[in-house]
Amino acid sequence: MNGLPRLVLALTLITVGAGLLLSQVESMTRAPIAEQRRLETLRALQTVLPDFDNSPDADTVELAFGTDKKGRELKRTFFRGRQGAEISGVAFSVVAPDGYSGNINMMVGVDAGGTVVGLEILTHAETPGLGDKITHDEFKGQFKGKTLEGSDWRVKKDGGDFDQITGATISPRAVVKAVHQGLQFYREHQQDVLTAERLSQ
Amino acid sequence: MSLFENFKKGLWRENAVFRLLLGLCPTLAVTTSAENGIGMGLATTFVLVGSNIVVSLMRQVIPSKVRIPAFIVIIASFVTVVQLCMEAYFYDLYKALGIFIPLIVVNCVILGRAEAFASKNSLLPSMADGLGMGTGFTLALFVLGAVRELFGSGTLLGYAVFGAAYQPLILMILPPGAFIAMGLLLACMNFIDNRRS
Repeated sequence: MNGLPRLVLALTLITVGAGLLLSQVESMTRAPIAEQRRLETLRALQTVLPDFDNSPDADTVELAFGTDKKGRELKRTFFRGRQGAEISGVAFSVVAPDGYSGNINMMVGVDAGGTVVGLEILTHAETPGLGDKITHDEFKGQFKGKTLEGSDWRVKKDGGDFDQITGATISPRAVVKAVHQGLQFYREHQQDVLTAERLSQ
Repeated sequence: MSLFENFKKGLWRENAVFRLLLGLCPTLAVTTSAENGIGMGLATTFVLVGSNIVVSLMRQVIPSKVRIPAFIVIIASFVTVVQLCMEAYFYDLYKALGIFIPLIVVNCVILGRAEAFASKNSLLPSMADGLGMGTGFTLALFVLGAVRELFGSGTLLGYAVFGAAYQPLILMILPPGAFIAMGLLLACMNFIDNRRS
């Protein structure tokens, strides 16, 4: 067996073998990967929510907040932290599309009165050493205790209340703007979030 | 050449980064810290050893006309395995290396060793070659990452070295710093080599 058929057969066997191997590894790692992602969400929730004794990642409300370019509905998930039956705080993710490079995904937590408890940067691709200082506690910490009305939601360079980072204004500006918009959205839909029935598990 | 010789040549004499200047894209991109360098180096080493083993075992079976696509399929499979396992069991490292893991596929060190060595040699020398090349690559990335982290953030593997008063030289973490550090390290290696001969 020579020539073309042999080439075709060899490549086919190699790709089939590779496919079998990959499907095995994928099914082996699927559960641990899902668990890692859940733990990551939970870690972020722990830092941005006030004390809770339920599982906020299982106590969620989804609200539509507009449509994307293709007309599909966009949903925002709200995680509710409770102490007993009372809701102690609500966390939600916000996305800053106008960072220095790519989207900045964040988790914001507020207490029952709407005061910011914490901010956590989930994923970003800002410049190492400059824009990535948005992940440092000195930057994230200044959001703690801020309210929608009580603060001027701009960086200091633009006349607002938030420290920018030396050499990198774009990243903090994007973060502040996204958190501000997230808080406004939450304010408008606060009743829906607080009173909605728990989603089916 | 003995097995040890095959291993050793990747460390200095034929070091992938500093001597062959192969695989520079991931090298320059991920070495913003020593830890990233080690992670990327180990992932590449795993893929390199794995692909060298498989290519060497199959070197009689793979027709030479389709050897390049065959090598690439083998390498890509190993990279995907590394990526899935890293995401499942070393999530922090996975987040740090992120988009660079798929790039291992196009790291020319790996295809280069498959083509130049594993496709012409038997199993054990190919393993030694992959391990040596991978170790050399890891060392190079570690050194480059350590130098850039030391001057760019004033830390080494996350521990502060210079104290709080040190004003970090941010340039070293940015892309130009990668080229500058690389050039200086190359000059050092050439200097040492010249002194020895």
